[in-house]
Amino acid sequence: MLNVKKIKADFPILRRRVNEKPLVYLDNAATSQRPLAVLAAMREFDLNHNANVHRGLHTLSEEASQLYESARQTVAEFIGARSDELVFTRNTTEAINLVAWTWGMAHIKAGDEILTTIMEHHSNFLPWQQLALAHHAKLQVVNITPDGRLDMKDFAKKLNRKTKLVAVNHMSNALGTINPVAAIVKLAKKVKAAVMVDAAQSVPHFPVDVSKLGVDFLAFSGHKMLSPLGIGGLYIKKERQTETGPFLTGGGMISEVYADQPAIWAKGVEKWEAGTPNISGAIGLAAAVKYLQKLGMANVRQHEQELTEYGLKQLSRVKGLRLLGPSDSRIRGGVLTFVFDKYHAHDVAQVLDSEGVAVRSGHHCTMPLHQCLGLVSTNRASVYIYNDTSDIDRLVEALDKVKQVLG
Amino acid sequence: MDLYREEILDHYKHPRNFGPLDGFDIKEADRNSSCGDSLEMGVKIKDGKIVDVKFTGVGCAISMASASMLTEMLKGKTIKQAAKIDDQAMLKRLGIPISLTRQKCATLGVAIWQKLTQK
Repeated sequence: MLNVKKIKADFPILRRRVNEKPLVYLDNAATSQRPLAVLAAMREFDLNHNANVHRGLHTLSEEASQLYESARQTVAEFIGARSDELVFTRNTTEAINLVAWTWGMAHIKAGDEILTTIMEHHSNFLPWQQLALAHHAKLQVVNITPDGRLDMKDFAKKLNRKTKLVAVNHMSNALGTINPVAAIVKLAKKVKAAVMVDAAQSVPHFPVDVSKLGVDFLAFSGHKMLSPLGIGGLYIKKERQTETGPFLTGGGMISEVYADQPAIWAKGVEKWEAGTPNISGAIGLAAAVKYLQKLGMANVRQHEQELTEYGLKQLSRVKGLRLLGPSDSRIRGGVLTFVFDKYHAHDVAQVLDSEGVAVRSGHHCTMPLHQCLGLVSTNRASVYIYNDTSDIDRLVEALDKVKQVLG
Repeated sequence: MDLYREEILDHYKHPRNFGPLDGFDIKEADRNSSCGDSLEMGVKIKDGKIVDVKFTGVGCAISMASASMLTEMLKGKTIKQAAKIDDQAMLKRLGIPISLTRQKCATLGVAIWQKLTQK
């Protein structure tokens, strides 16, 4: 297990009180908190190096460019990519939309099929549904098994030669299921389909190596991994880059522009980074990556797996509560989703908040999944490196209060 | 805790004027899809007065309790009086601080009532 006491000291926000109780933060699948090291890295940039990147010949601009590009290197290496394969984006949603509007627009034609799953976050579902509608393509949706895993038989049945893209999440934000991406890539390659992975819940929580997975596109958000808001990443495999056109056009993404003939785009990843980028965000993300690397991602995973096991065990003892998702912690990340048959998820979350316990309630941007489960809303407690078993205990105690209040 | 004080829980567990809307011709429904709250309300009007009102559906404690309270507020009022009932009036009736995220729960009934006034 990680030294949680030591880690907690790096996150001042975790010392605050909510409704006169010490805060227990269990909404990490929505967004994580930021350690002092990340805030310090951004502050250092603002206080000493702030300037726009690229082509500025003055010292500050050179420093800013160097810091920005070295951040790219750090983040790219973290996911097993080369720095010329990592595009900085605002977040996962923007990254997936980027792929839909560029590669997708050019390669998905009438009659083609896009294969996605019922457990996708809306961000890896709607861009493909919209594209399919616009291009008269077909959106195929893989079902789940009763215990919340992808139904791989259904996957194999729906994958065919018309499938041009497989869009799948690495880990479900609603069920915690860790999906077999490497196996999915192998199957997709047989029909020459590209693979887009929503890694918003995986990159922050366990080792991810894009070269080992063999994916074509992989997207993640910084704010779910100790970083500031508004910065994320998109991996585009080198071989896919020439067939992927520009997204937003404008400053920074060109090689040459003419008044009387089409422009020539930048050769590298700058092609997808039009406009002044979020430089301090990228620096913050790189600092977060270094923080996680110091802990070791395998240790992070082990810590969360143990917490998940403990959480599943403790919650399964709460009367009237039903857990969702796989019970096998080896294929489950630190997301504990549950429902009470008697209580509405919002009421549960509200009473938990009165006890200082922060969880999420609602459909977690997975309405198709909730429809498939026959539910309208669920509660979700999600852990990270600064949580330990005492936080789970506080959650379980607070659930007693829910019963007291709502009866 | 304030939000779930006795009166609200009482309305939630024993909603007034609640049940199937059989026999109601004037009906409207609305939902908060982010919460999964879904309510429908019907009114009967005679000589410009609300003689009966009923609602049905599913929701959290706040949306159910406020819809239940709303039906009590509407019953017996003239349409002109009742048309004045808005979000502010509803929040005042609830009498508890409602956070921004729960405002939609608290005013779901009013939203349906306002649709009904357009009929």
